[in-house]
Amino acid sequence: MSLLLANNRTFGNTRLDQFLSYLASENTGKKFSKIALSLIVPLMALVIFLGLWSVGAKNVQTSLGVLPGPAQVWEQSVVLYQEHIAEQEKESKFYERQEKRNAKKLEKNPDAKVKIRNYTGPATFFDQILTSLYTVGIGFLIGSIIAIPIGIMLGMNSVLYKAFNPIIQIFKPVSPLAWLPIVTMVVSALYVSDDPMFSKSFLTSAITVTLCSLWPTIINTTVGVSGVSKDLMNVSRVLRLNWVTKTIKIVLPSSLPMIFTGLRLSLGIGWMVLIAAEMLAQNPGLGKFVWDEFQNGSSNSLARIMVAVVAIGLIGFMLDRIMLMLQKWLSWDKHAVLR
Amino acid sequence: MSSYLNIDHVSITFPTDNGPLNVLDNVNLKMKQGEFVSLIGHSGCGKSTVLNIVAGLLQATKGGVLLENREVNEPGPDRAVIFQNHSLMPWLSVYDNVRLAVDQVFKRSKSRQERHEWTLHNLELVHMTHALDRKPDEISGGMKQRVGIARALAMEPKVLLMDEPFGALDSLTRTHMQDSLMEIQSDLNNTVIMITHDVDEAVLLSDRIVMMSNGPSATVGEILDIELERPRDRLSLAEDPKFNHYRAEVVKFLHERHNQPVRVDSDSAKELDEENVPGLRLAAG
Repeated sequence: MSLLLANNRTFGNTRLDQFLSYLASENTGKKFSKIALSLIVPLMALVIFLGLWSVGAKNVQTSLGVLPGPAQVWEQSVVLYQEHIAEQEKESKFYERQEKRNAKKLEKNPDAKVKIRNYTGPATFFDQILTSLYTVGIGFLIGSIIAIPIGIMLGMNSVLYKAFNPIIQIFKPVSPLAWLPIVTMVVSALYVSDDPMFSKSFLTSAITVTLCSLWPTIINTTVGVSGVSKDLMNVSRVLRLNWVTKTIKIVLPSSLPMIFTGLRLSLGIGWMVLIAAEMLAQNPGLGKFVWDEFQNGSSNSLARIMVAVVAIGLIGFMLDRIMLMLQKWLSWDKHAVLR
Repeated sequence: MSSYLNIDHVSITFPTDNGPLNVLDNVNLKMKQGEFVSLIGHSGCGKSTVLNIVAGLLQATKGGVLLENREVNEPGPDRAVIFQNHSLMPWLSVYDNVRLAVDQVFKRSKSRQERHEWTLHNLELVHMTHALDRKPDEISGGMKQRVGIARALAMEPKVLLMDEPFGALDSLTRTHMQDSLMEIQSDLNNTVIMITHDVDEAVLLSDRIVMMSNGPSATVGEILDIELERPRDRLSLAEDPKFNHYRAEVVKFLHERHNQPVRVDSDSAKELDEENVPGLRLAAG
């Protein structure tokens, strides 16, 4: 950082000169409008949006008080962060005490049995974000592991495609809320264990995400695989590539862009579905946070829910960008414009 | 008499919405080993269909193809195809494209090191060793086609099948590629069937030119033996009366006789226009 500042200082004057001459140049109008388009315009839109929000919200009276404006939401996000920090401190102090206690015990009697307990404080907003990310990750992963092979099979065999396409089209638009009771009952019936590795609420949420996020990946993989260039398939026939080699060397790389399009859509849907699933399944993630705040009904609840809404949006956007980066990294076609 | 490659009374009929379409009728051609034969004819006469049948990508309805007295009924690396649009894997480098074929064909008979050297050797033949790590997107059309040729040669095919290999190239690049091909051919003496639209190219490269009648029910119209000394040089040949005679023969066939196809079997076939028949893109050419 200091290096950066030093650099700025050294070249500051020439940079200023450059900037001034740039302003004076003939193209300035054009260049300026470009910058305006990419930076100033979105910023202005944001300001207008926040303004309308704060003015409009004041006029809506609910049983939990006035609808929160941007200021209250910001306030609550700071509170949520402080709660998280406080909770972390508590936790580290708890472990400190436990260690001291155990050390004392061992000093007196080296053979003494030492108990190590986990901290069981309430989950903070940030813990809940992590739970949500973990749940959607597992659900999406299972979904992809199922969907990609199915998509490849359907894409390579038109009879299979004709057979299964109607089923896919029927299940695709089903809402997660319809799946949830069924999934809950099935998980309760089948996942019986004295020492469960996962909680039932986690499994229910993750499986619901899987069920809803399968379809875009299946459909896009099928389209990608069936669209592999006929010439490349002829090359593989001339070379007498076997089924496995053909899939790995020709079909997969060639349909990778479409598979990723499907994966991105699936992850987006999965994230959306997750919040609803967590609300009803009581999985301790963002969905539960929203639900608990709603049930709580304090004067700050709506602002806190709004913080969750913004966080859900930002995380969803981030997930999509991560998939895009993965796609760019894996794609052989570096010239393709991805957005 | 046994010939190396024997296209024996081949007919092919495709089912279409308007009833069966007879694209090839009774095509006969016998080739010696090391012979270079060009197929020339108007668009849509079924030249590519002949090539695809020899490649095993299509099955003849009647008759068949014999290579060294064995029937051909599926594709294989002994009949390497060079496609017009190069058909390289866009995600593989120049080297890996050739290596994929080498690994597949010689996975048991050659060691890893030998396969590496064989890949390089074939890329050397087409003068492409300077761009081993480039992707097909990053090289010119002519270079792509060179890699396609290297890949086909690397399979050590008994017959090399070329479907308008230089059709998509500009004329200057095309002449370079033709010279390269003649050079390689004088070294390796492959048995080649090449489809072309270019009369000069056909006369320059071939030992025989097979002129096909118009479809539907296309068949071999005339066969022209090209008795020009090898190695051939395009500059000196340009003034050669024999060369010009052959050239004129081909042009005459294409422009005078193509209106009277040798034989048309059914009236219904006449009305069918190949371009309008769905599912026949493979056969058009």
